[in-house]
Amino acid sequence: MTQALSFLPRPRLQALIDALHAAGFRCIGPRVAEGVIAYDALEEAAQLPWGVSETQAPGHYRLGASDTQRCFAWANGPQALKPLLFAPRENLWRSRRAADGGLRFEETLPGSAPLAVIGVRPCDIAALALQDQHFLQQEVSDPYYARRRRDLFLVAVNCTHPAATCFCVSTGDGPRASEGYDIALTELADGYLLEAHSERGRDIAAALPLETAAEAHIAAADTALQQAAEAQQRRLPGTDLQAPLFANLNHPRWDEVAARCLSCGNCTSVCPTCFCYSEHDAPALDGGEVTHSREWDSCFTQGHSYIHGITIRAETAPRYRQWLTHKLGSWHAQYGRSGCVGCGRCLTWCPVGIDLTEEAAAICGEVAPP
Amino acid sequence: MSNPHLPWEARIVERIQESPGLFTLRLQLSDAAAQGDYRFAPGQFNMLYLHGAGEVAISIVSDPEDESLIDHTIRAVGRVTRGLEQLKAGERIGLRGPYGRGWPLAAAEGRDIVVITGGLGCAPVVSVIEYIARRRHQFGRLNIVQGVKHSSDLIWRERYAAWSRLADTRVLLAADAGEPWWPFHIGRITDLFGQLQFDPRRVSVMMCGPEGMMRVAARNMGAAGVNDTDIWLSMERNMQCALGHCGHCQYGAKFICRDGPVFSFDEVRELFEVKGF
Ligand code: SF4
Ligand code: SF4
Ligand code: FES
Repeated sequence: MTQALSFLPRPRLQALIDALHAAGFRCIGPRVAEGVIAYDALEEAAQLPWGVSETQAPGHYRLGASDTQRCFAWANGPQALKPLLFAPRENLWRSRRAADGGLRFEETLPGSAPLAVIGVRPCDIAALALQDQHFLQQEVSDPYYARRRRDLFLVAVNCTHPAATCFCVSTGDGPRASEGYDIALTELADGYLLEAHSERGRDIAAALPLETAAEAHIAAADTALQQAAEAQQRRLPGTDLQAPLFANLNHPRWDEVAARCLSCGNCTSVCPTCFCYSEHDAPALDGGEVTHSREWDSCFTQGHSYIHGITIRAETAPRYRQWLTHKLGSWHAQYGRSGCVGCGRCLTWCPVGIDLTEEAAAICGEVAPP
Repeated sequence: MSNPHLPWEARIVERIQESPGLFTLRLQLSDAAAQGDYRFAPGQFNMLYLHGAGEVAISIVSDPEDESLIDHTIRAVGRVTRGLEQLKAGERIGLRGPYGRGWPLAAAEGRDIVVITGGLGCAPVVSVIEYIARRRHQFGRLNIVQGVKHSSDLIWRERYAAWSRLADTRVLLAADAGEPWWPFHIGRITDLFGQLQFDPRRVSVMMCGPEGMMRVAARNMGAAGVNDTDIWLSMERNMQCALGHCGHCQYGAKFICRDGPVFSFDEVRELFEVKGF
């Protein structure tokens, strides 16, 4: 780490929320709700998931108790940053029919209020960079995403408790955040090692009752993160699978995985990098005003590849192949890296427990590093 | 910054019924300044919006030098296009565009041209033929090949007749099946390829239509000595945004709305032989 490190003793964690509020941010953070850990409004540090742990496996997620008095001793739940910026459903514009028969189009941009997210995991920060690339850094920039992105403050929390489904080490995106955040915390036995990474992050840190980090704190964080990295059992068979995937478009494994896959699209909705959406018109009852909206879509739906009466991917096998060849393959050509950040969500939330690392290995074999 | 999702209002200046289920809308943007600034290239497309129904991607068929009207020939095959079919001159719709990359017409100047289409009223190549017809001396020999399933499917008979009267131009028509009066070929369009006149090292081939037809035609052109980089085709996929964001039009790493819809064969050949992309 290049930045100066400080230490925030555990009883002073509330000061971070207070400083963000004072700087004009609304805060959200991880909280337990409906059997999972997900972001919600955060006023008090006491609302964080203290003493909560979770177990994950393909097709399995369950909360449990942890014996420590920690609030970040768990790995990501189903919700990524994605829905905060790329809304699951949102209005784009309105079309009004005027008395003279003309049409008036009015954009319906979301309001923007500065938002701070506490407890963002490194994989989700990497996924955010990919969504930024897709929605903001191409020829056309998406104004809805841009609005929500503008005043986003990120407090990263490095991962000391990866789940069995996590494989961010093999994608190079964790367990330690390396860029794209304002402040990073590493949870230790008695408090938080804190690194201010941006100008805004340093301003907030300046308002906190920090102590200088002791050598022992730094060593404890390094050890915890190294152990977290070593604990990961799953991995992708290479960092760039574009060539082996496209060389195996007729591999029998596509049909085998398709026989299990329900084509439900759970994987694409929990994936923090999937960006597909469809657009819809919802007429008002009198027809005079129509709202044009968009909604997350999935390459696993029938409609995704529908054109002029034909569905290009009518069966599950070409849909699963579309998902995997895009995510782990053509993403490299589009955005210079894989579209997978190793968060493991598509494994955990697949109702039949399909494991993309296993599928990739079966189809690609072991791939030598570039 | 203007919102790239937001359509302009466009007025239907004229509506032409080309054949049952196929019609042309001649549009003008209501905002005079926007209409004045509107520029496009043949092969590009617009998103047309029908109030209460939604948007649909439609190729532009007018001449790029016509600054007053933007023409679209539309087949009524879905909810939005069937709704558009009901509209009359004077009615208003939404329009945003133009989008994508069109035909390589500047690069094709001075070269022989082979235009191949299958199916009904393939708008993207009509714009090419009209473009070349108006600038006939700037191009080499012109070959137009059109295949239809049944002879009664052929539309724009007068247009084909007019094109066949252009200097140094061959029009070759084929129907898989036909009535006894059909004066043209019965069979596949590839049967006619022997009659094409072009220099394989100085030709631009432009195709649109069913992918199976284009696959066979591209193979034949390749066998005749034409480079993959001189074979161009217009691709179609589901399009929601036309902005490179909604993901529907992806073809491998390509976004057809942004990187296409016109591609050279070497850009798409890897996936073109595989079903399901
Ligand atoms: S593909 Fe799966 S593991 Fe990779 S980023 Fe998406 S949800 Fe996470
Ligand atoms: S891989 Fe699993 S989560 Fe994804 S569509 Fe198939 S069954 Fe659903
Ligand atoms: S139509 Fe949306 S990405 Fe191409």
